[in-house]
Amino acid sequence: MDILSLFVVIPVLTIIAILLLKDTRQVRMVSAFGMGLQLLMAASLVILYLTARHAGNNDEMLFVKDYLWFKSLNIHYAVGVDGISVAMITLTSLVVFAGIFASWEVEFLRKEFFVSLILLASGVFGFFISIDLFTMFLFYELAVIPMYLLIGIWGTGPKEYSAMKLTLMLMGGSALLLVGLLGIYFNSSPDGSRLTFNILEISKVVIPLPAQRIFFPLTFVGFGVLGALFPFHTWSPDGHASAPTAVSMLHAGVLMKLGGYGAFRVAIFLMPEAAHELSWIFIILTSISVIYGAFGAIAQKDLKYINAYSSVSHCGLVLFAVLMMNQTAMNGAIIQMISHGLMTALFFALIGMLYGRTHTRMINEMGGLMKIIPFLSVCYVIAGLASLGLPGLSGFVAEMTIFVGAFQHPELFYRIVTILAVSSIVITAVYILRVVAILLLGPTTNEHFEHLPDAKWFEKISVVTLIGSVAAIGLAPFWLSTMIGISLHPIIEKILALNPF
Amino acid sequence: MSLGTFLIMRHELLLIAAALSVLIAEIFWDPDKKKGISLFSIILFGVITIIGFIPSPSGSLFGGMYISSGTTLLMKNILNIGVLLVFIQSVTWLKKEENSEKISEYFLLLISTLVGMNFMISAGHFLIFYIGIELATIPIAALAAYDRYKNKSAEAGIKLILSSALSSGILLYGLSMIYGTTGTLYFSEVAKLFGNNNLQILGFIFFFAGMAFKISIVPFHLWTADVYEGSPVNITSYLSVISKGAAVFILIIILFTVFPVIIATWQKTIYVTSVLTMTIGNLFAIRQQNLKRFLAFSSISQAGYILLGLIGGNQLGMASVIYYILVYIFSNLGAFGVVTAISNATGKENIDDYNGLYQTNPKLSLIMTLALFSLAGIPPVAGFFGKFFLFTAAAQKGYYLLVLIAVLNTIISLFYYLLVVKAMFINKSENPVEKFRSDFPTRFALGICIAGIVVTGFASIIFEAIRNLSFGV
Repeated sequence: MDILSLFVVIPVLTIIAILLLKDTRQVRMVSAFGMGLQLLMAASLVILYLTARHAGNNDEMLFVKDYLWFKSLNIHYAVGVDGISVAMITLTSLVVFAGIFASWEVEFLRKEFFVSLILLASGVFGFFISIDLFTMFLFYELAVIPMYLLIGIWGTGPKEYSAMKLTLMLMGGSALLLVGLLGIYFNSSPDGSRLTFNILEISKVVIPLPAQRIFFPLTFVGFGVLGALFPFHTWSPDGHASAPTAVSMLHAGVLMKLGGYGAFRVAIFLMPEAAHELSWIFIILTSISVIYGAFGAIAQKDLKYINAYSSVSHCGLVLFAVLMMNQTAMNGAIIQMISHGLMTALFFALIGMLYGRTHTRMINEMGGLMKIIPFLSVCYVIAGLASLGLPGLSGFVAEMTIFVGAFQHPELFYRIVTILAVSSIVITAVYILRVVAILLLGPTTNEHFEHLPDAKWFEKISVVTLIGSVAAIGLAPFWLSTMIGISLHPIIEKILALNPF
Repeated sequence: MSLGTFLIMRHELLLIAAALSVLIAEIFWDPDKKKGISLFSIILFGVITIIGFIPSPSGSLFGGMYISSGTTLLMKNILNIGVLLVFIQSVTWLKKEENSEKISEYFLLLISTLVGMNFMISAGHFLIFYIGIELATIPIAALAAYDRYKNKSAEAGIKLILSSALSSGILLYGLSMIYGTTGTLYFSEVAKLFGNNNLQILGFIFFFAGMAFKISIVPFHLWTADVYEGSPVNITSYLSVISKGAAVFILIIILFTVFPVIIATWQKTIYVTSVLTMTIGNLFAIRQQNLKRFLAFSSISQAGYILLGLIGGNQLGMASVIYYILVYIFSNLGAFGVVTAISNATGKENIDDYNGLYQTNPKLSLIMTLALFSLAGIPPVAGFFGKFFLFTAAAQKGYYLLVLIAVLNTIISLFYYLLVVKAMFINKSENPVEKFRSDFPTRFALGICIAGIVVTGFASIIFEAIRNLSFGV
């Protein structure tokens, strides 16, 4: 058993353990234990990775394991990680760990809830460790399906509608993706040798340009749907608003990053020529995502909708940066993924906790919460400040890097879109500060709220884990960007070979 | 020719022997313990299924009218597994009072259809093929009308026999044109003499239309829903899985061996019918309330996906079709098994009746969910692998647009499969299906189906074995 496969095996074992339990009260302890173990594994993976790099191991992917699966089609179960995947795995284990504690009080069908949640997580982990397109796609779809049940059974509001919309749109994305992947596969050896699904091997060949022109948009949009690319983002607000807390956290925090990561690792890395040629279309779309998402957030009154639209905006920024195709911007894109993942998970956790107390998510029905529940309120302010990019928190590092990278392009087009995208920071400040002002400050509008209890121990674990990570990235971003930076080299070299500007 | 060479047709001989021994056993069976015939027949059939896996020489008999190869043996074994599952699933239903008179007929008739299918698959001559296809159809019509006291069942029997008579007529008309232009009915000789002559192409079109009836490909699918709804559930599952699978097998063999010359023509035909079949099957399935009709339309759309494996005319396509049929047998029989169990216990067959099923019968709900996910092609169950290989086979020949249409269709199908999942898990019901415990045969059959659904995908060895055995391009 290699260390990477453990990231899938541990969740699966946790699921089996949960299923075998007779007493539903122990379910959450087992889940917390399993995911805590996962978090420790992630931490040790970071250490192992950094040690291997210091020891001078300059391979593209480390800890590579490759098992032949379907011989005739050359499908492998292949795993390997570089700095980017290690960062994403760490993010995922943090968010899942926090998510378990955020859903500590789920009563209805508790066993099934945790099983679905951890199944979802195992799909995500599997996706990040795969370096074979087939296994990657398998895990990708595996991550989408438990979502339907999670939202449909444990959600709130128009949950059945939202669950169906989300599932169908994401599967629609994966439909495009499947065609894209098959296209890549059948063009993976122009010289007639063996076809392959292995990302590293495909990256060494040049896929013919006419094929790239067809399959790049399919792949990019396929992943883009999950990354909330305009105009395919509409599942996101409804889905997030209806989902139970932990699912919103995991979904906005991690699952949407699958889109960004895939767009970058598969679409751009394997088909840089077409990416370069067609990027302008998608840059325009992502700019719309960024600005439209931010404006959308201003107009909303429901806290979850505000945050969902803000996620559209921030995830749009990830794809925007990836499409800029230079070292700085891509570096920013990865940091943005991590930062937004933690931040938005924090937001959704806090919103869930507020909702559990006030039973409303409408900002105009709340007020003056700072005096009543200071701990949660202060955390909310911190999350807000991270979201609008205050220096010292993760958002600043990410956005700063992205915009610096984007502005490096000398052409007018890039300059204009960058300036437009930068304006989203201001708009973000508007909606964040507005929420903070109405919700937390000011007079207490509802007397029922005066005796609300502050955070319980498990809520504190959830929130503190996330805030600690946000601050860690904000205060010491360099270890993260170094880790990512080295791993970006192969991609950047490919792009530079193509277009040295 | 020594008598030993007849062992080449071991499958057929064994089945005929089995059919006869069931018949004879019934004569001597204690009339008060008629129910034991089920057990006897199932054990007998199980033994035959196992014997089927013993390697057997390939070759031809009767001057090339009967051909046996690794591929045909594989196909027959797959059908045997499916029929065995259907048999086990029907035990509970056969125990009912009104059926106790005619248990042996049930087995006799189903085994005869299977003999027909085996002859059809092994045919090397259009005459044998035609006899096989008739033998495979007519007893089924009798079985569709098995529920003596239900009008709908009788109606299903009549509809099935009339529509299959019509389709046989069309098929024969096509064959007569082929015979008229080539002067032979041997597959190998027809293949040599076939050209792009218009009359021959017309003959092919009629042949294809006749086969399309059997597989229920749009626009020849109209009989499907009514027959499926009216027949007893076990016959419905047999029709949707075994009959369809056998027809696909023979269609693939004939397309690849007899009509390779006009590949461009049949690729166009399949392209159009496949798009129509998937789309129309899916769109009609959305509105269905009766689960048997629902599964009928879902099985029509499944036929559309299967055509994707045929279109390339490549070996990968052939292997993936056979593999998909195997997966489809497990998944569809899993779904039908749950429908049968609930129908036997409560008589309920509508999707609304399944509201809140998870609260009362969690295991059945989970099995149904897995089976439906497998039909929809969701990982990690086998349906995902099956669909992936079918699509890969089509993409290998550059049919990317068709693949895109097919995957978008799987999204539609996911929608209606999720409606059932939603009914079971999310909807609340005033009057849910009561909690019941199914008897051993039902649980055993469902267990095999679930094992099949889970294992067939991950165990790459199964696909590789099929891949190595299937040839004939």
